[in-house]
Amino acid sequence: MTPEELYQIAEEEQESLKRFHFRMFVCTAAGCLSSHGDSVLDALKKEIKEAGREEECLCKGVGCMGLCSEGPLVFVEPDGVLYGKVKVEDAKEIVESLGKEPVARLVCPIDLPFFTRQKKVVLENSGVIDPERIEDYIAHSGYEALVQALTEMTPAEVIDGVFKSGLRGRGGAGYPTGLKWSTVSKGVGGAKYVICNADEGDPGAFMDRSVLESDPHRVLEGMAIAAYAVGASQGYIYVRAEYPLAIKRLQTAIRQAERCGLLGNHICNTTFSFQINVRLGAGAFVCGEETALIASIEGKRGQPRPRPPYPAEEGLWGCPTLINNVETFANVPAIIRNGAEWFAAIGTEKSKGTKVFALAGRVKHTGLIEVPMGIPLRDIIFEIGGGIPDERNFKAVQTGGPSGGCIPKEHLDVPVDYDSLSQLGSIMGSGGMIVMDESSCMVDVARFFMEFCMTESCGKCVPCRVGTAQIHDFLQKIINGDAVPDDLEFLKKICDMVKETSLCGLGQTAPNPVLSTLRFFRDEYVNHIVNKECTAGACKVPAKQEVHS
Amino acid sequence: MNPSIRVKTFKIDDRDVSAREDETILAVARQNGIFIPSLCYMDGLTPIGACRLCMVEIKGSTKLFASCVTRVEEGIEVITNSKRLQKYRLRILEFLFSERNHICSVCVSNGHCELQSMADQLGLTHVRVPYRYPIQPVDATHERFVVDHNRCILCARCVRVCDEIEGAHTWDIMGRGVEARVITDLNKPWGESESCTNCSKCVHVCPTGALSEKGKSTAEMKKKQQFLPYLTWIREGRT
Repeated sequence: MTPEELYQIAEEEQESLKRFHFRMFVCTAAGCLSSHGDSVLDALKKEIKEAGREEECLCKGVGCMGLCSEGPLVFVEPDGVLYGKVKVEDAKEIVESLGKEPVARLVCPIDLPFFTRQKKVVLENSGVIDPERIEDYIAHSGYEALVQALTEMTPAEVIDGVFKSGLRGRGGAGYPTGLKWSTVSKGVGGAKYVICNADEGDPGAFMDRSVLESDPHRVLEGMAIAAYAVGASQGYIYVRAEYPLAIKRLQTAIRQAERCGLLGNHICNTTFSFQINVRLGAGAFVCGEETALIASIEGKRGQPRPRPPYPAEEGLWGCPTLINNVETFANVPAIIRNGAEWFAAIGTEKSKGTKVFALAGRVKHTGLIEVPMGIPLRDIIFEIGGGIPDERNFKAVQTGGPSGGCIPKEHLDVPVDYDSLSQLGSIMGSGGMIVMDESSCMVDVARFFMEFCMTESCGKCVPCRVGTAQIHDFLQKIINGDAVPDDLEFLKKICDMVKETSLCGLGQTAPNPVLSTLRFFRDEYVNHIVNKECTAGACKVPAKQEVHS
Repeated sequence: MNPSIRVKTFKIDDRDVSAREDETILAVARQNGIFIPSLCYMDGLTPIGACRLCMVEIKGSTKLFASCVTRVEEGIEVITNSKRLQKYRLRILEFLFSERNHICSVCVSNGHCELQSMADQLGLTHVRVPYRYPIQPVDATHERFVVDHNRCILCARCVRVCDEIEGAHTWDIMGRGVEARVITDLNKPWGESESCTNCSKCVHVCPTGALSEKGKSTAEMKKKQQFLPYLTWIREGRT
């Protein structure tokens, strides 16, 4: 594939799109598929055929459009109408209304803050292109960045660009991506590897899944650019087996890219060669930790090992290994294409670019959103999310999954960036955001996450293995009304010890949900202990029993 | 000896010490007679940093470092026994005692147990976290040895010695979190294991009464661990 051939494919594809007067996009990502988006797609195609409008109307399956709570979604161009909760029976009506008045009862307004407040970088193609066709991706400037990097830039220039963009790891910890790339590029030894971490395990998080299902080529392109920059020729995508659709689309994308000469040997007639293989996780949360993930790819038990040495120095099979999250790689093509300055202009001083969040829980509009860094938490929940349904009151928002914390309403104006969130005892995390109203008991929330950590701890180091179980039992004791006031201080001490002494990130962050709820919602704990009552009315506290001596 | 390996000097508890750059803090401390507690570490086996007892402080860092896996650096100042470390170490021991059923008075290893003597040495007087009392099996199918999961602390010494020294890899770990336990072959009874060579290395490296010889009664199981440094020495000498 030469640059000229790439532009030719893009042009042909754009031409063929222009032939159609109407274009219908049907979401076929996992969210809408669960409410039968695929049947809607088939029904629409059938109706178009029966109406004899195949020449003027294109109907294609695309990736996630974001507003998952209203799925299945159908978007119609050039009318600019978004239909929500579309059923198979509605297909005929929708096709008939093309170019006329839209079907009023199905219309979702697109001038909602949910759409207007977002800024799409990673998700720019989601909901626009057919994830199973490489031509569609190429028509939307796909693989341009890779070709540009290979033909016009040296590896050092690529790294410099990523460094200057200020991109930080989107897996949660926020390590500067350019620095990581440059460390790996300096590693010595024969082979080097690039790994994409798609083992998304936080409860309620589905950002990486959506990116892989909606725009898989973007991740492949990002990986290939990274491989060129660090000098690797082999890549792995470690994706959890619970994401069958993402796996299928990834494998299709890899095959297509290889056929087009955009992966494989001598990409773009240069000396650069890069293969990507998919590896499936077997359901362990801890395998999202980089050293455990590497052990798992090597065929060993998925357990972390102490760092240093970091994977950048000694990773897969002892070789220098670059390991980044799906979203991090998905940012790279846009940075190369639009320049580091463009990217660095988005976001805050220390957190650049955008972040994808999976907005879930007690908000009106749940789904996938992408916002610029630094946006106040309040805007995400009350504008984009549309506030709390059923006229209830907001209580807290949980970010960062089992490693994060709960942020109460006093701190709703905090800008969403790495440093501000960690000051509040939470973390940016991979992007799960669960909103809770007054009917949620914060002790029970802490217990839920601790139960998750307890069952997902690999069992290698003592503080995490026994500590998470002990903390969980303490929380259960509080919920059952069996705890005494002194237990709270003791609980805090155990949390501190688990945080400080655990081997890997799982144990070091496992106490965060407990510590942050203790910090902001201590009265709920006290109410459970002293009055044997649940403030939210969510837990069933057994009636206080009189003890007769 | 590789001539390109450099020598570093640094401080452990205000004492000047020197080391080869590929040595760990724990190894250097031991050479200099400085005591750092440990349970999963064993000279001759790959360190895994799992028990977290050997954690030390390094001046200038708020993080703690597992000394068995931390390489020495020029000029660092290591603190092995601060109040903070003592507190954490006691808690780790409490966790271990609370995790399974460690009833010393009826244990084959009573008086010869590394967990017991570590508790004694660090001054653990009582366990403040609730005991979990899990139901754990005992496998006595092997003709010479017994594995009692009630006493296991998951230090993985048996796993490592079997894999790295004996080369049989009979032992491994299954399950996660508190459900994790050591298994032989693919979770077959030890007596039916096809890979076990009956070498007894696992039994002798086991720090507690989890692995013992049959026919031993309370407090009779003394472990003989001298073979390991000897084997390591012979092997290193030959390469």
